[in-house]
Amino acid sequence: MLLLTIFVDGVVYASWLFIVALGLTLVFGVLKILNIAHGSFYALGAYAAASFVGWFASLGLAPAWSPVAMLLAAVAVAAVVAPLTERGLLRAFHGRDEVLLVLVTYALFLILEDVTKLIWGATPYYVTEPYMLFGTVEFGVMSYVGYDFVLILVAVVCGLLVWWGLNRTRSGKIVLAVIHSEEIASSMGVNVSRIYTFAFMVGVFLAALGGALTAPMLSVQPGLSVGVIIVSFAVVIIGGLVSIEGAAIGALIVGFARALAVHTWPDAELFSIYVAMAAVLVFRPQGLFQRMQARKI
Amino acid sequence: MADRSPRAASVTATALAGLGLLLALLALGFAMPGWLLLLSTMAISHGVVSLGIVLLMRSGVVSFGQGMVFAAGGYAAALAANHLGISDALVLILGGGLASALLAAPFAPLLARYRGIFFAMLTLALSMVLYGILVKSAALGGSDGFNVGRPTIFGAEIAAENANFTLYALAVVIVGVLATLSRIYGDSVRGLVSMAIRENELRVEYLGASVTSAIAVNFVFAAFLGGVGGALTLLALGHIDPAFSYWTASGEFVFVAILAGHHSMLAVFVASFAVEVVRSFSNLYFPNTWQLAMGVFLLVVIRFLPRGLGSLWTDRRTRAGARA
Repeated sequence: MLLLTIFVDGVVYASWLFIVALGLTLVFGVLKILNIAHGSFYALGAYAAASFVGWFASLGLAPAWSPVAMLLAAVAVAAVVAPLTERGLLRAFHGRDEVLLVLVTYALFLILEDVTKLIWGATPYYVTEPYMLFGTVEFGVMSYVGYDFVLILVAVVCGLLVWWGLNRTRSGKIVLAVIHSEEIASSMGVNVSRIYTFAFMVGVFLAALGGALTAPMLSVQPGLSVGVIIVSFAVVIIGGLVSIEGAAIGALIVGFARALAVHTWPDAELFSIYVAMAAVLVFRPQGLFQRMQARKI
Repeated sequence: MADRSPRAASVTATALAGLGLLLALLALGFAMPGWLLLLSTMAISHGVVSLGIVLLMRSGVVSFGQGMVFAAGGYAAALAANHLGISDALVLILGGGLASALLAAPFAPLLARYRGIFFAMLTLALSMVLYGILVKSAALGGSDGFNVGRPTIFGAEIAAENANFTLYALAVVIVGVLATLSRIYGDSVRGLVSMAIRENELRVEYLGASVTSAIAVNFVFAAFLGGVGGALTLLALGHIDPAFSYWTASGEFVFVAILAGHHSMLAVFVASFAVEVVRSFSNLYFPNTWQLAMGVFLLVVIRFLPRGLGSLWTDRRTRAGARA
């Protein structure tokens, strides 16, 4: 029974992480930025979801509409924030050292942290209606909240959609070409800067969606962004920062490590994740799915 | 003196310059009001932690987990003060440094295999593991941390009205000596090999120097500096909590290191002082948006001073050298 609980908790946690980490991977793949501000976009998604669900309710729509409100919230965050940050800020630092870019996004993270507080204040928001929308699921004597399983479904759909978009569509293949070599892609006539904005937008959307989906499960308040970003870093580092499969397996490893710790040794919850990451890196220094790199002489 | 090598002469020159600067800062301390003394003490004790990152940056890697050694030094000193009855500030500070170096040593050969983002994230993970342990350990006060009393110096009590100046002087002397030593180390053969690693690792290997051992040694040295900074901060604040090891603390140390650039050791302290000033003033004048102010400040610096504050004077020297 304990094993089943650990398994379900692990998969649920992993699905949520996967949605966020997928966006992080995509942004890193295309723009070569390990984005600390991804956590802020996640928090923006959660806040926007809280506002949109409240707004829908005030319009007199039934609670069944709240998933639509959450989706709209994520779209709104991506449409407003992504072009602003990518075109207005990140472009100025394009091509700089990877570690320096981490610091640029750290600055952005600090700024967005205060901006969120300025817009929504410091008091927590509660949007619990959507959480009970899907009833409960019974497994023998255990019962689980249906919402958790919807979360798994959404994660799978996101992963498949991004995979399909990248590998089976024309524009996806152009994105892959830019990931492989930005210079050659641009010399073949690809509008690289448009691809950057597009990929960044999808990345922000995934972060905001992750936040929006989490909003009903906890109180939306300052500090959301800090927790999520370090965990999703662990996920993408385990995965090797390059692929959807990597992000998925990284999310599952972290999810199970955390679920195992929560149910057997709760005090270790916080660092079980990092121990898992360190364990993977000891054996695979570049993550599980490493990209080949030519050595420069 | 025919047997004096140019190397020995340059070491003497560096040591004298360091000593001169140290005395000047001490003299300046007499003229400072209390708040500026405390602010400078914090700038110096945080700066020495960033100095460790700068040493690592010179060998091409950036540690995002300097908070780990910062916290380790602080906790070691705090525990020694409260449980071993050691109250001498000098012993506590150097002991904090040693404890951090000891903690970092087993990880050094392992971490030396990683570069770039992976080095940064692995060090970050280590610091977060320590944070997780500290938050959960009831014996160490959990997330609230605990307090320590005022230290003594050479067996003498420090009077309350002199406390600010004494700690400032202590920080100036210890960190001044360490920074001078770092400068001498940076100009030594190993220090220069580190700079070469930053430029091109493979060539360094082909020339017969060990890249991993250079990075490992730099990591342990950086840990010692971080521990000293942690112990100094502890004594200045009289309090310690797990936030010392949180990733945002490490982020600020990297911020100062990037702000300083990797060419000048002195720039680290100028940068650290600038950050402390910006932080205190934005805390005072925009209490709700000080993070926003820090973020904007950071972006402006990265945008307009890409090679750090140090480039303001080292670049001029290089240009002058090129003309000559």
